Amino acid sequence: MSTQKEALQELTTAEYKAGFVSDIEMEFAPKGLSEDIVRFISKKKEEPDWLLEWRLKAYRAWLLMTEPKWANIHYGPIDYQGIHYYAAPKNRPKSLAEVDPAIMAMYDKLGIPLQEREALLGVAVDAVLDSVSVGTTFKKKLDDLGIYFSSFSEAVHEHPDLVKKWLGTVVPYNDNFFAALNSAVFSDGSFAYVPPGVRCPMELSTYFRINAANTGQFERTLIVADKGAYVSYLEGCTAPMRDEHQLHAAVVELIALDDGEVKYSTIQNWYPGDKQGKGGIYNFVTKRGKALGRNSKISWTQVETGSAITWKYPSCILQGDNSVGEFYSVAVCNNYQQADTGTKMTHIGKNTKSTIISKGISSGFGQNTYRGQVKVLKGATNARNYSQCDSLLIGDKCGAHTFPYIEVNEPTAQLEHEATTSKIGDDQLFYAQQRGITPEDATNMIVNGFCKKVFLNLPMEFAVEAQKLIQVSLALEGTVG
Amino acid sequence: MALLEVRDLRAKVGDKEILKGVNLTVNAGEVHAIMGPNGSGKSTFANVIAGRPNYEATGGTVTYEGKDLLAMKPENRAREGVFMAFQYPVEIPGVGNAYFLKSALNAIRRYRGQPELDAMEFMELVSDKTKLLGLDESFLGRSLNDGFSGGEKKRNEIFQMAVLEPRLAVLDETDSGLDIDALRVVANGVNTMRGKERAILVVTHYQRILNYIVPDFVHVLVDGRIVKSGGQELAHELEKRGYAWVEPAASPA
Repeated sequence: MSTQKEALQELTTAEYKAGFVSDIEMEFAPKGLSEDIVRFISKKKEEPDWLLEWRLKAYRAWLLMTEPKWANIHYGPIDYQGIHYYAAPKNRPKSLAEVDPAIMAMYDKLGIPLQEREALLGVAVDAVLDSVSVGTTFKKKLDDLGIYFSSFSEAVHEHPDLVKKWLGTVVPYNDNFFAALNSAVFSDGSFAYVPPGVRCPMELSTYFRINAANTGQFERTLIVADKGAYVSYLEGCTAPMRDEHQLHAAVVELIALDDGEVKYSTIQNWYPGDKQGKGGIYNFVTKRGKALGRNSKISWTQVETGSAITWKYPSCILQGDNSVGEFYSVAVCNNYQQADTGTKMTHIGKNTKSTIISKGISSGFGQNTYRGQVKVLKGATNARNYSQCDSLLIGDKCGAHTFPYIEVNEPTAQLEHEATTSKIGDDQLFYAQQRGITPEDATNMIVNGFCKKVFLNLPMEFAVEAQKLIQVSLALEGTVG
Repeated sequence: MALLEVRDLRAKVGDKEILKGVNLTVNAGEVHAIMGPNGSGKSTFANVIAGRPNYEATGGTVTYEGKDLLAMKPENRAREGVFMAFQYPVEIPGVGNAYFLKSALNAIRRYRGQPELDAMEFMELVSDKTKLLGLDESFLGRSLNDGFSGGEKKRNEIFQMAVLEPRLAVLDETDSGLDIDALRVVANGVNTMRGKERAILVVTHYQRILNYIVPDFVHVLVDGRIVKSGGQELAHELEKRGYAWVEPAASPA
């Protein structure tokens, strides 16, 4: 009887469905990084001087920094001079109607609703292809509510005051090696601002795709919820299958003022590399939210199934009194994928509350690390944190690692931490089989049960996507009745 | 045609040969007890019937409803109506008891070309059966066997059997670890399942459970072979005299 072995072997035969390459005419910056390249990017985007200066400061800071090596990930050296820091489709569209049909066809293939006729989905999409934003849907409807949602480059021209006011206030240009790199060369990304008292009526969404070869993607996202505003934002990512590794170093900054709330959900499906660990995206991302105002809230939900390497810690600075931070995460590592991911909750204000729910799934030779920090500063009276970090192992060649750091300087703080590690065992699969359930379906049930708490926090249509994506990542194609 | 026909079944676990030629015929409507000392191969026999990996049949045949049972995947044996109540029921955290059982029932129904049950129909079906086993309804919402007491786990096995309504039920040491009250509840559940269409194989070390589930036939398994068969009185004799007196027959010259 080898059905169980077969089922487990099937886990390693995941196929990456977004791995096609589209033939779109591109314009590149020469390979490599220098002040000239930084100036080139800034000029291409017709940026104001203050932004060029900010980029140059970041570049000079980056030159003095070294790549962080403390994470539990192993990869060959990255050749920062071998990367194109700017790649854009040659035909820049003036409106959605003018978007290159080849680009539209590519997004169709990915199932991204870029057309307004798909309004029913209620998702406004800003799509970023390699370095530039391709088009933003629903602009009119959002304009009427006073909500700005556009590509970052457009925002620089249309709302320079807002961008200048908030850019770098959560992730400074010299925050860390990858954030500094991003600050110097970021090419595009999304910008959203929701004015006081407005509840954004639809999910805002960005879809990132790396298409061109030897290209890095360095997008920058800035989202501000003003007093009493609410916005929910979704991010999705894919890349073609390429043998060489590609670098992705994004920065996301979230800001919530008094009674404001930003909810940020990611479904990250960058190409993870093949079964032997060849190729795949190196994902070094800095994501941080600042709950700046009283009663404000920042909530992160991430489903990480892609990338060869993931280095990512969506964090919350809980500065306002009574502010709330949340982090819900499912990270899947199959084949030779490695993830070092988690969060940082910094409690500064009084009565601040944070919740961390982290679910790591390892399969094949995957190595999954949770790294989290909960820090309570002096004066953050009655701060509360609840952390739960669970790991699920499938097979016997993968690994799960947990590094929780706790630093408390306030005696009234209350922290709870729970952690479990479990394994999908042969005896569990056989038990399910003896009741008529295939090992694939049984594995699915166990994985879904394991992820439930996180999926509940995703917008409905994304929760279904996430569940499917995890099945595909683990190559569990069966269905549960 | 017999429901289950076992002919000269040999099986090994890992490299060790455990079953050395088992012969057994079970007809629908019958209850058979398989008794034997520790290490005689009772549980191996139950697990070979169910198709547990690493329990490898090396010779002989097992025919179920005229079909070659050993050629079927474990899930298909279950769908064909073979059920095993586990000696050590497995815990699956995060998967609800009711959700698991509904998935199992619908997988079986799909296989048989029957329409699947929706949540309402399923709950209707199971509510009577929970009462039969003295289980609280809240038990359906808990994770499968997760944090259950030994008695709850065994009752859950019989509850699943009552819902899945197998044609051949194999109870692998279901009595082990049960106090007398729990044993009565479990036995009562099994007895309500007795019927013309169904056969039950009770694998046990002790005669005690057979006071409550009265078998039609009792077989004694020693060193991988059935060395003696009889009626209920054989169980009583074993209870009185132990297994030693039947063992010499187990070592043919």
